[in-house]
Amino acid sequence: MAAALALRILPFGRYTGRPGAVVERSIRVHSRTWTLMVSGFAEPVVYLLAFQVGFGSLVGQVIGPGGQQLTYVAFVAPALLAASAMNGAIFETTYPVFFKLRYAKVYDAMLATPLGPVDIALGEISWAVIRGGVYSVAFVVVMAAMGLVGSPLAVLLLPAALLVSFAFASVGMALSTFLRSPSQFDYIRLVVMPLFLFSATFYPVSVYPESVRWLVQVSPLYHGVELMRGLAVGVLDVGMIGNVAVLAALAAVGLAATSRRIGALLLG
Amino acid sequence: MANGGDDGDPRLMVSGKALVKRFGGVAAVDGIDVEVRSGEAFGFLGPNGAGKSSTMRMVACVSPRSDGELRVLGMDPDKDGPRIRARIGVVPQLDNLDAELTVRQNLQVYGRYFGLSRAHVRAKAVELMAFAELSDRADDPVDPLSGGMKRRLTIARSMVNDPELMLLDEPTTGLDPQARHLLWGRLYQLKQQGVTLIITTHDMHEAEQLCDRLVVMDGGRIVAEGSPASLIARYSTREVLELRFAPGEQDGQVSRVADLAERSEALPDRLLLYTADGEATLEAAHARGLRPVSTLIRRSTLEDVFLRLTGRSLVD
Amino acid sequence: MSTDPGPPAQRATGTVVPGWRAMWLRVEGHWAWYRRYWRSSLYSSGIEPLLFLAAMGLGFGSQVEAGPATGGHSYLHYVTPALLVAGAVMSGMGESSFPVLSGFKWQKDYIAVTATPITPGQLLGGQLAWLGIRLTLSGVVYGLVALTFGAWLRPGAVLVVAVGVLAGLACAAPVMALAAATYDEGRRFIVMFRFVMVPMMLFSATFFPIDRIPIELRWLTWISPLWHGNELARAAALGGGDPLAVAGHAAFLLALFAGGVVLARRLFYRRLVV
Repeated sequence: MAAALALRILPFGRYTGRPGAVVERSIRVHSRTWTLMVSGFAEPVVYLLAFQVGFGSLVGQVIGPGGQQLTYVAFVAPALLAASAMNGAIFETTYPVFFKLRYAKVYDAMLATPLGPVDIALGEISWAVIRGGVYSVAFVVVMAAMGLVGSPLAVLLLPAALLVSFAFASVGMALSTFLRSPSQFDYIRLVVMPLFLFSATFYPVSVYPESVRWLVQVSPLYHGVELMRGLAVGVLDVGMIGNVAVLAALAAVGLAATSRRIGALLLG
Repeated sequence: MANGGDDGDPRLMVSGKALVKRFGGVAAVDGIDVEVRSGEAFGFLGPNGAGKSSTMRMVACVSPRSDGELRVLGMDPDKDGPRIRARIGVVPQLDNLDAELTVRQNLQVYGRYFGLSRAHVRAKAVELMAFAELSDRADDPVDPLSGGMKRRLTIARSMVNDPELMLLDEPTTGLDPQARHLLWGRLYQLKQQGVTLIITTHDMHEAEQLCDRLVVMDGGRIVAEGSPASLIARYSTREVLELRFAPGEQDGQVSRVADLAERSEALPDRLLLYTADGEATLEAAHARGLRPVSTLIRRSTLEDVFLRLTGRSLVD
Repeated sequence: MSTDPGPPAQRATGTVVPGWRAMWLRVEGHWAWYRRYWRSSLYSSGIEPLLFLAAMGLGFGSQVEAGPATGGHSYLHYVTPALLVAGAVMSGMGESSFPVLSGFKWQKDYIAVTATPITPGQLLGGQLAWLGIRLTLSGVVYGLVALTFGAWLRPGAVLVVAVGVLAGLACAAPVMALAAATYDEGRRFIVMFRFVMVPMMLFSATFFPIDRIPIELRWLTWISPLWHGNELARAAALGGGDPLAVAGHAAFLLALFAGGVVLARRLFYRRLVV
């Protein structure tokens, strides 16, 4: 849906319908490092264990969506899923993309074929989403195994995680095209880390004074967190439509910006 | 200590005897003898993998020899690496400039590693930027500079300590003709000032332009040594006659004319006849009824010598 | 043909710089870079630990009752010294991974430097000294901001900066050794961040005491350099450290640092002198 919107904004002829070829390249490149992807299972285990035995033991019950009393680990787990989808997407679309764009000249080579900038943008973003999806499945499985999902609605956690991945992968890739030197990656962390820490991930938004809560609600990750937390405990809310809309808009803007930037940088 | 020699001939900047460099079991340099005298421009020629860069790295004291003798500026690289490196300038095959620093900072920071004072490197950087025609880019970062500019900066950087000996590993590979000629001019200037130059290249024209004396390496060994003119005299003829035929008509032609030249060679697209007098050989060939599509008489070059000594087949 | 040597060259101006000064010249080189790029590196060295302090010390801390788990201190007081050390360890490991590999492989500035009188050992020394300076700088910034939060209880807390530098360098040296032995694109660093650094952050008594960790797994904490750093930092900031334990934690970190330096030095030579 976001992709279709972006295609209407973009000049025609820059999309040849072959982002699959770009994804295929990534699959080939990464087929030798599959162990790293499998290792994605270990990460949620480590985090959730830390929150179960450690952080959770310091905190009593927390009030979750719909006023439910939750254990701390049940409160944090869906937020960590959203954050891990974000971090994975940003990671996959920043350093590797920068490297391919500036040093390895992978996109120059692709543009010398019939592929257009939109194919590249869509292909690379899709790959990030696919990878993020694998991690998210692992995360949800671990959550369920630890008894941290309270509702059948939790199956929707997976599409929600993919949406979060898509939104941040698009934006991450667009931002990468503006970087000139590896040291500027710190700028991206400068944005991502506050999102990670302050999007009601680790404690309820009510901790913040009334006057700064709007700031938290501007954070796109906050929308991911809210969505996931509601789905995990099985509380549906009209606000979720807004959450989804914010993430979808972000994805569309990021995709359009990426395509334009790649076109401007390499075809200009 | 005019040239710092602790032993041996003080005019010898580099002397190697039975020099060997092995990587694992493979000898990249397989027992070479080499002497470079003060003030000369000395060339290492050879195809890729011939052992030129390995030799250069041993001379630059960043690669200990596996066997044999080596003296650089009269000192032993194994014992006096830093003292030797303080007095030489190294231009690596691939630029390794600090991409995030400016042109000026690259020169200043590098100069400091030679123990030079801040005031000295400040003045030296200005002088070198003028030398490399980079003065108007002084405070720009290096990353966006063109290949030729980066190469000039790398060479300027290697001169920050006023080296007595400069090691240039393929200094002009990948540059456009303008940039190449500018660099050759600069290297010639250095030579005039008495700086000893050691150059590796597989650009024969460059070798003829710059080198007083050179060695041709192949498979880790030296296969020929001398001045460009003497190598041509020894391994080639004065002139070369090139006969080009229409596709398919060349087969069998070489046997009809081989006896007209000292040496002949059949390439897929033409015949080469190595001869003292190209005009006369061409007439003789016509007289035997050869009808090439086009002909060319040229002087022998180092390239002819090179191909004769190292063969025409690809090395890697 | 002119084998005649021409006018003799002037004596080169370069000289060999004694060891410690050579290291310092490398620091100067890093400083030239830093002067241009301090803004973009300000974040990881200065701001990130403060964000953690705000989020965990104040935000998460608001959910935690002071009690035996935190040694009777407020969560802010409990977590502030450990977050300084954890930040130093993270940036020590981060700065020693891809940036050091780049010196060998992509930027190749290590190759350029070792063509000068500077030796690989001095190059390594300069890298560590520069890291030490940056860790000190970010530790001081963090300490001062934490002071405005009221996060320090006693003057001994100034020592926490030194603990951070020690723990950061102790973790950095072995990672530099790893970087010197890395010839591929450095995927192993990503594995290291995921399977060594992140678990170390979480299970080194940074955020919660060691007694929460199941006894069978506690040995993992005992070998974690961050845990030793955290224990030292809490002893300095909150008081009540057993002198023998303090000496033991410091000895562990010093030994790790020394071992890392010896190994890294050997691998730097192996990589640069071939």
